[in-house]
Amino acid sequence: MCRLAAITSSEYFSPMENVLALETMKEGHDGSGMGIILKDLGGEFEEFKEFPVLSGICSESGLETVDKYMADHGFQIKHVWSPSITEVRGIHKRDYYFAKVYQYPESYLDKTIPEKEDLLMRTRLALRKMGESDESIIVFSFYPDILSIKEVGDPLQLSEFFGLDNSSLKAKIIFAQGRQNTNYAINLYACHPFFIQGYASMTNGENTAFVPIREYLMSRGFPGYIGYNSDSEVFTHILHYLNRHLGYPLTYFKDVITPLKASEIGMRDDREALNLIKKSLRMLCIDGPNCVIGFNPDGTCFMVQDSKKLRPGAVGGLKGKYALMSEECGIDRVVPKRDRSKDIFPMKYDMVIIPPGAEEVRVWNQLQG
Amino acid sequence: MEPASRLDHNHQLSLRELPYIIRWRDDRCKRCGKCTAICPVKAIEPTVKILRNVTSEGPVPTPVTSRKVVYVVEQVLDINRYCTGCGSCTLVCPNEAIEPELNPQNKFLHFKNKGGDAYKRGGRRNDPSVSTLDKLKFTRISMLTDPALDAGRHEFRIRTLLGRNLPPEHLPLEAEGGKLVVKKDEIFIPPVREIYPIMIGSMSVGALSPPMWEGLAMGITYLNEAEGMPVVMCSGEGGMPPRLLKSRFLKYFILQIASGYFGWDEIIHALPHMVEDPCAIEIKYGQGAKPGDGGLLMSYKVLKLIAEIRGVPKFVDLASPPTHQTKYSIEEAVAKMIQSMSMAWGFRVPVYPKISGTKTARAVLNNLARNPYAAALSIDGEDGGTGAAYNVSMDKMGHPIATNIRDCYLDLVCQGKQNELPLIAAGGIGKKGNLAANAAALIMLGASAVSIGKYIMQAAADCFGDEYNRCNLCNTGRCPRGITTQDPKLYRRLDPDRVAERVIDVFKTADTELRKIFAPMGRSTELPIGMSDGLSIEDKAMAERLQIDYAC
Ligand code: SF4
Repeated sequence: MCRLAAITSSEYFSPMENVLALETMKEGHDGSGMGIILKDLGGEFEEFKEFPVLSGICSESGLETVDKYMADHGFQIKHVWSPSITEVRGIHKRDYYFAKVYQYPESYLDKTIPEKEDLLMRTRLALRKMGESDESIIVFSFYPDILSIKEVGDPLQLSEFFGLDNSSLKAKIIFAQGRQNTNYAINLYACHPFFIQGYASMTNGENTAFVPIREYLMSRGFPGYIGYNSDSEVFTHILHYLNRHLGYPLTYFKDVITPLKASEIGMRDDREALNLIKKSLRMLCIDGPNCVIGFNPDGTCFMVQDSKKLRPGAVGGLKGKYALMSEECGIDRVVPKRDRSKDIFPMKYDMVIIPPGAEEVRVWNQLQG
Repeated sequence: MEPASRLDHNHQLSLRELPYIIRWRDDRCKRCGKCTAICPVKAIEPTVKILRNVTSEGPVPTPVTSRKVVYVVEQVLDINRYCTGCGSCTLVCPNEAIEPELNPQNKFLHFKNKGGDAYKRGGRRNDPSVSTLDKLKFTRISMLTDPALDAGRHEFRIRTLLGRNLPPEHLPLEAEGGKLVVKKDEIFIPPVREIYPIMIGSMSVGALSPPMWEGLAMGITYLNEAEGMPVVMCSGEGGMPPRLLKSRFLKYFILQIASGYFGWDEIIHALPHMVEDPCAIEIKYGQGAKPGDGGLLMSYKVLKLIAEIRGVPKFVDLASPPTHQTKYSIEEAVAKMIQSMSMAWGFRVPVYPKISGTKTARAVLNNLARNPYAAALSIDGEDGGTGAAYNVSMDKMGHPIATNIRDCYLDLVCQGKQNELPLIAAGGIGKKGNLAANAAALIMLGASAVSIGKYIMQAAADCFGDEYNRCNLCNTGRCPRGITTQDPKLYRRLDPDRVAERVIDVFKTADTELRKIFAPMGRSTELPIGMSDGLSIEDKAMAERLQIDYAC
């Protein structure tokens, strides 16, 4: 089962903390890959908060294609970050890993945020498509204040490979996943966390309802709902669909993916709305043993799971720093000096929510609403 | 010259031509006459024969002839009195002296057209081969990362929705203070029922005998009221007993309107007195067993009760035309009928059409997809059964249900309407007894619910019929089991309480088996509609056609 390590903090911290947490939870992943998403970037990115960051991997020729495409479409480079690679045995080095900060094209400077977001997504999809057949371009995210790194290998070795321990790379929210390869081929696009327009999530457990959910999302007519090299990508898109597209408050993510029984809905004061969405969004019920950790554009982090999840994830920490992990030992590694008795193991009706700033942790109960 | 046929019986059929040959055992028969009395087609008769016995005694042949009159049971060779293989005679025989035997070499269809009358019968498509549904396997078993569930202990919710589900984009919802509230009166929210995904399909009072219909009705009522399983059944064409229309149990029934509109005068008159809405209204445009053909209730079935319910005189043939005569096109028929039916119940009841499986199902579907009042589409595949049809219609007309449902579902997926318009699949479910497996397979191909008919007659009332043309006498009114007859002498053989008990057995078993299918696949909360990655088939062409995996 994949291991998940998410940290949200009021201070900038290094992704090494996530990597070390993954290392403590090692039995769970088989080194078939790691993905990291950083939000609310510090270090050298701190001054570029407003500007979109394109994260990915290119071959030499792919790099030329990317630069040309971006220039042709009016994006101007403001800053380029590239990890200093240390060759590590067993990790296949690709040509060029990067995170490039861009200025929006002239014509977009005065556009609304949703319009800008759509431009960024379309650009990311276009680049992805251009490099898909020969793997010359792999792009993970293109969004302000977000950086993604993904590669095949063991997390600790990858951190050495990317030089994360010596890097100035820091952020206030970092999600990392250590991958256990399941039934889908190793492909970097299959590596969590997944990201779309400010929303990210990572999951463990296999998604039994993957096919109908994928079909449903793909039939929504939204160009960003593609990919699905992993069955877990649908969770990110469900989150995006509900919150951004339909305008539902975050807690309805839980109500849609793990709906209440009719008798339980009666206990909620928004029962009328729940009855409607339960029917209309029936296809998005995940109905599988999944634990989902995610964040939304404002930096709220959460954890939810289906009641069939045998071993729940855990959330713990101190005011100013909370860890959301698939195993408790991961929290021990990140916030050792906390009161363990206050750790939260979300049960079937719970959604653990940590608002931006990591000042507090709340448990929202689905039965009470 | 006079033909010799009279002497050598040349124009008579031989037993070899008949579909079933009676094996009668002289040594066991005690000549009670029960078999010949019960035979619904008079295929056997008691008769006397003269037995000529030649004996010889002593060392030199001295033949002595003696003659004796013996009593035997004999199968008649008249094609109109062919043995149907029903086995009623075997059932009543106290000494196991008689049994019909299938004759696979028969030339029955060559001869069953006396007087230029094409062969009509009840039953199903006479095709005993393994159906596509029975070839589908559930191969996506949850292991390790995604552990299978315990079918016995885990909480399961096997329910489906009947009615049009608004797309989420159209729901009149608004977020206020972190909660969603419904903005009333902004939009029409269609009625949607939560029902059990296996329902009993349309079989009319009239086609069915009173105890059969009553047994089914009691069975599903018990399932709803005592077992908490919302199983519903469709009335078939011909209305319902007025007392039931005005009872609180009406909510467990789907009222069918078909091209003869039989029973609707009574239904409309009962409307002001109804204390509950029916579950739904089904508009019948076609039937899997006889696509494009109308219905016919023979005059001898139209007794007092039937005549009253249907609002017609007694003992007249009741023919429903092949199409709704007042309508000219799909668009008009569907739109107007759905509208008027919806209006009759104040838009509180889901209204959907039922068609026979056909290559053109997608045209109907796409029409419905654009009609905001259409609540579902029910498709009855070629293996659907009937009380009366031409043999050629039953055997050769129609479309298999598996590809029909799959194509329709994938069409809806293309339009993003797969959750909006539920598909109901019928025809051949449980043909070989695998009710739950066939239902689950269709659900994973894209059906929201399935409808059963023949299966419940066989399982709940011991219908003799099978795919070898056994019995299939439904159209004659002489059903030996008392299921499809209005003759009190026959239907008093059927105990409605027992039928009801068997209905309950069937649904409870199906429920357990559905869990046994869904649990290992890791599903428990929602029906796995369209979960096509759960299915495989051992035939490449079929796998490709159904867009599922090939596994061998
Ligand atoms: S099997 Fe049925 S039809 Fe044939 S002889 Fe016996 S009772 Fe008559």
